[in-house]
Amino acid sequence: MPILEVQRLSKSYRQMGGETTVAVGNISCQVEAGEFVSFVGPSGCGKTTLLMSIAGLIAPTEGKILVKGQEVSGPPANLVLVFQEFNKSLFAWRSVLGNVLFGLDARGKKRREAEGKAKVLIELVGLKGFEKHYPWELSGGMQQRVAIARALAYEPEVLLMDEPFGSLDALTRLELEDALLRLWEELGTTILFITHDIEEAIYLSDRIWVLSRRPSEIIEELRIEFPRPRNQVTTRGQGRFMEIRNQIYKQISNESRHE
Amino acid sequence: MSRAGQFNKTGWLVFGLFLLIWECGSRSSANLQLYIPPISQIIGALSELIFSGLVTTHLLTTVRRFLEGYLLAAVIAVSAGVALGYFRFAHSLLEMLIEFLRPMPSVAIIPVAILLLGIGDSMIVAVTVYASLWPILVNTIDGVRRIEQTLIDTGRTFGLGRRRMLWQIVLPAASPYIVTGLRISLSIALILVTTAEMVAGSKGLGFFILDEERSLHSSNMYAGIILVAVLGYALNHLFIALERQAMQWHRGMGVRETV
Amino acid sequence: MRESKLNGLLCLLGLLALWELMAQAEWINPLIVPPVSRIVTIFADLIWSGQIPLQILASLKRAMVGYLLAALLFIPLGIFMGLSEPVHRALEVIVEMLRPIPPPVIIPVAMLFFGLEDEMKISVIFFSCAWPILLNTLDGVRNIDRVLLNTARTFGLPQRKIIRQVILPACSPQIMTGLRVSLPIMLILVVISEMVGSTDGIGYFILDSQRRFRVAQMYAGMLALAILGYVLNQLFNLAHRSLLPWHWGMTQRAR
Repeated sequence: MPILEVQRLSKSYRQMGGETTVAVGNISCQVEAGEFVSFVGPSGCGKTTLLMSIAGLIAPTEGKILVKGQEVSGPPANLVLVFQEFNKSLFAWRSVLGNVLFGLDARGKKRREAEGKAKVLIELVGLKGFEKHYPWELSGGMQQRVAIARALAYEPEVLLMDEPFGSLDALTRLELEDALLRLWEELGTTILFITHDIEEAIYLSDRIWVLSRRPSEIIEELRIEFPRPRNQVTTRGQGRFMEIRNQIYKQISNESRHE
Repeated sequence: MSRAGQFNKTGWLVFGLFLLIWECGSRSSANLQLYIPPISQIIGALSELIFSGLVTTHLLTTVRRFLEGYLLAAVIAVSAGVALGYFRFAHSLLEMLIEFLRPMPSVAIIPVAILLLGIGDSMIVAVTVYASLWPILVNTIDGVRRIEQTLIDTGRTFGLGRRRMLWQIVLPAASPYIVTGLRISLSIALILVTTAEMVAGSKGLGFFILDEERSLHSSNMYAGIILVAVLGYALNHLFIALERQAMQWHRGMGVRETV
Repeated sequence: MRESKLNGLLCLLGLLALWELMAQAEWINPLIVPPVSRIVTIFADLIWSGQIPLQILASLKRAMVGYLLAALLFIPLGIFMGLSEPVHRALEVIVEMLRPIPPPVIIPVAMLFFGLEDEMKISVIFFSCAWPILLNTLDGVRNIDRVLLNTARTFGLPQRKIIRQVILPACSPQIMTGLRVSLPIMLILVVISEMVGSTDGIGYFILDSQRRFRVAQMYAGMLALAILGYVLNQLFNLAHRSLLPWHWGMTQRAR
């Protein structure tokens, strides 16, 4: 059974003037446990809306979301979302340790064993030594690592990530991509990732869904078969990598042009 | 003081000069001494009042009323503020009422309170509560309404129930605003207690000061004023110390406020 | 937005209607809380007969004099202290000593000097409005961006012109804040000082009505006071808008 299934999901909004905007058109897909999958699409195609619906934070207009066969309404208990705006999502009043402990606490872990686990996670995301720091003292990349550690502390079966590296500089992004892959390989969590960065999607994923512009629909599904562990130099250097990238790019820019 | 930590020699010198002028000027004219007794006489009166215990009841009475009024107001206003900040509908209902009552100076409520509660402790505490409510209420509502939606969504994605959402996210996130309200109300509460004691009291520092004026014991009157000022100063610094402890995380973010 | 205002209005009217009902039916003691209708009637009477306007005028006169005197003295003082660090340090201790004194306790001192005359209230208001005005002005001047000052300097402006053309306009929003904050303080203190020692004025009127058990009249006085507070606020906003149109625009956009 797929760990996550989206069936004919669509979401529309009522605008001020009374007109309806369809943000997400008709999305159906399945995700197997342990996979790393991505949605790529042009700006404004409704990717965030899609992810928020899957995360149970927005109610879909039509369609169903099934987690392990169970239909969800409201945030599912074994799923967690990492937001793009980490500075608005992290708890400014808690230290790095405090933020990660929150994830464990939300999962119901007892305080004593929680601290040990939290420190392991903090080390895993590469922030050892920063436990007592507060978010405002950290760089953007570090803050997002804290958010990821906090989400992982929750021990979700599915991790949803909304363009998590979108507001970071290019080099930090590459660093975090690799850090994320290491975590994924270590923990085996299923990851659903959205991004506008085509190459990032190809680099990270097992499968990619290319989205059309609004109202978004899946126009292509691609299986990415590069061997793991992936490497920023060798994997990206392969000719096939560029082929896939160009293929997706053409599709998306066709979509964007029609705006 | 001015330069962080540095002792302001000039300032104290000028202050000392000011006291000197006061002392000499006062002693130079017997007539003046009635209205503005020499500083030495006032200090003498002050120490006598303290050591003889004459002023202790008054001081303790005022402090007690202050604490009762302020703390009660804080509990009521924060609870109501969170509720109104959360539930937009309730807020929209009461908004007009709040806007209507705000322009009226809270002291005008004293005669009504006298009518309802006579002239005693309950009247004084009641008017203190009434007056101290508003700044805390308004700031709490503001603080809750300004909470980033992302923070709430974070709480939801971690499956937080109502109670945890309130204690682990809403209150900490709104706390800077709540603290501002609490700070403003601190001085308001003291003002109301002393005023109510002056208008209709038989005990308390406010009453004491007025009473000494009526009996033309000007030294005692000034001594009482110094006592109230010291009380206000002490309360303020206690508040700042507590705030510093609790809001460490916020200070680092570099927020400025005046008033 | 409009819908919520309508809701609020209906709720308010509903509460007033409930009040009226409870007072008329004597569920609450009408001697202590008279029906709204009675209060409004008395209020109208007192307006027509000129009683309330007279009291308001008396209060307003004292309040404004105290307020304006405070502004006239403490704005320039604040600017002076802001521009001259030595002056600031010299006066700082005195200011910090006087600031924590809750204004109402000054009233007996003022009474010692001026009895129950207008001067008593004026001096109390003067003292109370001093600190917000002074401190906000001071803050405004000290927080002027270095870049702004250097800009003025790079255009070769002499000190006097810098003060007039750059410093004053730059710190005027903060001065406005100080004046705005002092407005309710002024109102509160005029009421308090009239309750403690006066023979006229709206504060005295309210307390006196209570003493004579003219309860509806007391509430009418409170209503008048609330309206006065509201009107003063609106007038201040008007002044803000016309004196500092550029800043007014900024604050409105931030809403």
